Formats: sequence, C-alpha cells, structure tokens
Amino acid sequence: MGRRILLTGLDTFWGGRVAAALERDPEVEVIVGMGTGTPSVELERTEFVRAGNSYSLFSRVVRATRVDTVVHTFLVLDSSAMSGRALHETNVIGTMNLLAAAGAPGSSVRQIVVKSSSLVYGSHPSDPAWFSEESPRTRSARNRVERSLCEVEGYVSDFAEDNPGVRVTVLRFANVLGADIDTPISRNLARGLMPCVAGFDPLLQFLEEDDVVRCVEFAVRAAPPGVFNVAGDGKLPVTEVASIAGARRLLLPPVLTARAAAPLVRLGLLSLPTELQDLLRYGRGIDTSRLAEAGFRPQLSSAGAVQRFAEANRLRRSVGDQLPRYRYEPDVEAFLRRSPAVVRDAEPAPEG
Amino acid sequence: MARNDNRGRPDRALTAGLEDERTAALVALPSSAGGTDSDAARRSDVDAWGRSERARRLIRRLGAPAYERWFRVEWDGLGKIPRAGGALIVANHAGAIPADAPMIMHGIEEELGRPVYGLADNWFRTLPVASTIWSRGGGVAAHPDNAHRLLHDEGQLALVFPEGTKGPSKHVSDRYRLRRFGRGGFVETAMRAGVPVVPIAVVGAEESMPILYKSSSLARLLHVPYLPVTLNHVLFGPVLGTVLHFPVKFRFRVLDPVRFEVEPGLGRYPRGRVIDEAEAIRQRLQENLYEMLAARRSILFG
Repeated sequence: MGRRILLTGLDTFWGGRVAAALERDPEVEVIVGMGTGTPSVELERTEFVRAGNSYSLFSRVVRATRVDTVVHTFLVLDSSAMSGRALHETNVIGTMNLLAAAGAPGSSVRQIVVKSSSLVYGSHPSDPAWFSEESPRTRSARNRVERSLCEVEGYVSDFAEDNPGVRVTVLRFANVLGADIDTPISRNLARGLMPCVAGFDPLLQFLEEDDVVRCVEFAVRAAPPGVFNVAGDGKLPVTEVASIAGARRLLLPPVLTARAAAPLVRLGLLSLPTELQDLLRYGRGIDTSRLAEAGFRPQLSSAGAVQRFAEANRLRRSVGDQLPRYRYEPDVEAFLRRSPAVVRDAEPAPEG
Repeated sequence: MARNDNRGRPDRALTAGLEDERTAALVALPSSAGGTDSDAARRSDVDAWGRSERARRLIRRLGAPAYERWFRVEWDGLGKIPRAGGALIVANHAGAIPADAPMIMHGIEEELGRPVYGLADNWFRTLPVASTIWSRGGGVAAHPDNAHRLLHDEGQLALVFPEGTKGPSKHVSDRYRLRRFGRGGFVETAMRAGVPVVPIAVVGAEESMPILYKSSSLARLLHVPYLPVTLNHVLFGPVLGTVLHFPVKFRFRVLDPVRFEVEPGLGRYPRGRVIDEAEAIRQRLQENLYEMLAARRSILFG
C-alpha cells in the first residue's frame, strides 16, 4: 500500500516545493495539501484543502483521509511577514491543532515531519560556536518568532513522548538561500545590500533551498526519529557573504541599531526583523553531524548556497522572472483531477 | 606576504612549499570542520572559528617587535608543549591589559609552528571592532563545548587563563599571587577531551601594566569586567597609558604536562578530584613563580 501524506502550508513556498517533490515518488499514493491561500506551484495530483489560519479542521481532515504521515512545513520564520498575533496563531495554535488531530485515539498517523529552524537556538555572545541538538538556549527567547518556535518544539517533543508509536522528526534548518526563496537576508541581498553592524563580522551558515526540499523528502522516506540540525558545510563571515553575493555592506551603528535602521525599513529599502539583529552581531553555528550519521548531507556548502543565490539573482536582474507565474484555478484543477475526459497514465492513477 | 594573496585554497599547497612553510601550514584549510576539502565559492580564509591565517600572520608580524625587542620573551622548556595532538595550555594572567596572552600565542606559533586558539570570556564578543580582531586573531569564546571541540575533535592547542578576569584585575600589591582557579572547569574540560594540561608560569606581565586603583562601581556602570587606573595611566596619560606597556622582561617557563588517568568523554567527573587537580596545578605554578622571582635580578632586564 502506498503512503498517504498530509502536508501543511501547501500555499507557501516550502509546501509547494515539497509537494511537487513528493508527487514524483511512486510510493506516495495520496498527498493532501492544506493551506490558507491558493497553491503557487503547479501540482499534478496533490489534493488541495483550504483551511483557516489555525487549522482547526485538522482532525476532520486527518480522520477522513486516513493519512499515515503529516509533513508540517507551515511555520512562519519571518516576523516581518505578519503580525505577532497572526504568527502565534499560525505557529503555535496551528501546530497544537495538528498534533491534537494526529494524536487522537484511533488516529492513522504514524509519522510526523516538522520543518523548524535554527532560530530556536537564538543568538547570544555566550553561545557555543556550534549548537548540538541537545544544547539549550543560553538566553530565553525574547522576540516572537523564536518564542513561538520554542513553544512549537515543546509541543512536538511532548507529543513524541506521549505517542511512542509515532516517529517524529524535527528538522532545524539554518538560514536558507536560493534562486526562489524569499527571506529577510535574500531580500536585502537582492537589493544589493547586506546590512552589517559596524565592528561585527559574525559567522553564519546557509543552506540551499533545494537541499531543504531534499532533506524533507529524506525525512519522509527514512523517518529518522528525533531532532536534527541542517546546514551547509562551513561558516562564512558576513563580509564574505556580501562579497560572494556582490552586495554592498550597509553599516549600521552598533548602538541603537534598530532605531538607526528604522527609516530604511520604513521606506522598504531594508529588511531587519528583530531575529536578524542579534544574528548580525553574534552569528550562529549548528552542528550537523547527527544528520550526516542518519544519512543526509546537503549538496551545497554555506558558501555554495550564497553563490547559487548570487547567480540566480544576477540572472534575474538581466532577464527578469523567467517562469510565468502560476495561478490556481479551482475549476480547472478539479477538472484535471476528476473528469473522465482527461487521459491519465495507465500507472496507478490515484483517484480521489 | 602579498604573494600569498591567492584567494583560493588550491595554491595553498604550493606556497606552503616555498618559503613561508611554517606559517602557511599552521592551520588546516578553512572548511576542515565542515568536511569538504576545498570550497571553490569561498573568498576568505576565515575558518569556522573565525580565525584567519592571513590575519594571524599580520598580527604576528606587527607583534614581532614587542615579542623580540620590547618584552624580550625568553622561554624555558618550550619542548614540553606537544608537537601534535590537543593540549590545554594554562597560565597565570596579569597586567591591566594583559600582554601575556598574545605573547604566548605569538611565541608558540613562531617557535613551534602550531596554531594556538585563545579561550577568553565571551564579553569580548560584545565589543564592536575588538570582537572581530580578537576572533580573526584566534580568539574563541571559552565555552566548554568550544574547548572540547578544539581539543578533542580537532586536536588543537588551546590557551586558557583559569584565573579569569580575577588575574589581570588584581592590585599591584597582590602581584604574582595566583587567584582561585575558578571551579576547576579547565581540568574537567581536559579530562573529558582526554588531553594533557600544560601549565606555563609567566613572569613579567604583572609589572608591564600594574594596577594602582580600580573602581568597581564605574566598571559596572560601563559594563566592563574591571576599570583600572594603572601606573602607565599616571605616567603616560589616559590614552597612551592604556596601550603602552612598560618594557619588562618576560620569562615563560613551561612546566611538565599533567595527564589525568581518567576515562575521557564522560559527562561529569568527580567534583573533588577536579578541584584537587586544579589546586595541585595552581600550587605548582605558584611555586615556580616564586622560584623564578627569587632568581630575577631586575624587573626590566630579567
């Protein structure tokens, strides 16, 4: 019997990319994607369910679809993307509902993969140069993204403890860069600017977006239980990031940094969410040896990820966005999936 | 040194053979901690600790006059420092702005051709400019995980001052009297990593910048560990006095390495044993300091 997968955040960048990757796997029988908006990637056989922010309908969907795996890609990591309340609702309440549905008596769920972030470690001068999965934060989280992620991971680890029959994988990704992903750092670099705090040149790690998708795929297939750090090899000082990406350094004063940057942020010339401010001062390193032992290694190093981004950025600057933007048309999608008029392959075509 | 400005690693092997043999081969390639041997996308030689061999070379070149002419550093028992494998070097720490740390690092790197990572309070990481220079120059925050990785996983030399800031912040009347060695954390770190502790007794640093007075309330106000008024301040003024050390003769005596016959890699070691070992090392350093001071004829000339 093939696998039945429920994916959260199908409308987000990661949800779409992961769903597209999972569709190619013949072992996957059904993919159900949930999201608050419409999918932004063209998908062949993924079923889309529109749901509210906090996914209060999870339990009904899980019960009805009898999925065996839940892939949770919908955690918001950028505090400038939405208000604090919406972020809490999405990250914390959404995860809570998801876990409640997955852990309900008689639930069919046997595996959960959570896409988390190295933001859970924070960034502080008393941090070790490398965080292992067991290292605690040295300071409690003060900004809301990190706080919500810590709460989410707390729920997930409680769930894993309470449901020994479910294999739970938490992936903590380092900062991601790539051709398409939009993060505060990529937004700045795409404008040709790398914000720096004057006098500081911290070490950062990066991961290429395709490696993120590959890693989630790996986790779905191999189901290594536990928490794993994911980052490209090596660390880069911020100045080197700027130099590889061909960006000018924008020096911010070491005192009253946020205050000084505020006008630029207001004008939309700079992205500097609070979670980035400490990172640009103290950096962060996560140790990825546990994941390597489990059998996954990213293809690109930290420097390679920055370079890949820089190449994509230069290409975009000269030829513009290449792919026409996909638009989700519910009627067309339903037609393509269900109409008898559509010729499908003789292979095991998953009927809804 | 300009010829070494090849921003790729491939040529590194070539230049290593040419002339700067010792210094060029000091550190493994930047990505050694990461895994891939050469990373074509890299542009600088900053390693995963933040250390840059090019920066180190520059610092050594600028520091050479201080090492050779100003402090006229003399070593005794340099051969006791292991030529390979991890070792934790501990020393007494003194002088308001301690010159002993850079001099020990300079000396070992020049004489033995091995890199030394200096472990220091993470307060350094909060300082603009200084944090970057410190890090590029081989400074690492003294976190037990960092020390373990350096000593055990990478087999490097790490330098630590167990007195912490209590060493350099002491009044001139307390000179050469070792403070408490913290809680013996350095012993536990060495036990866990399975490496020896190599103590170095330092004579000279105390008189290079002696503290006459210190204000703890003002220090708290400015968020610095201590705020001293030194003899150098009195003689040279507040600016020059902060950077200019007296030309005191420095003598470093390396003591026999201490190896702990314990199983490495344990999560915890008996408190009592750790404290005893730390105290024994402190005692031996103290005795050697008194011995060296008894033999010293002049502060300036040794």
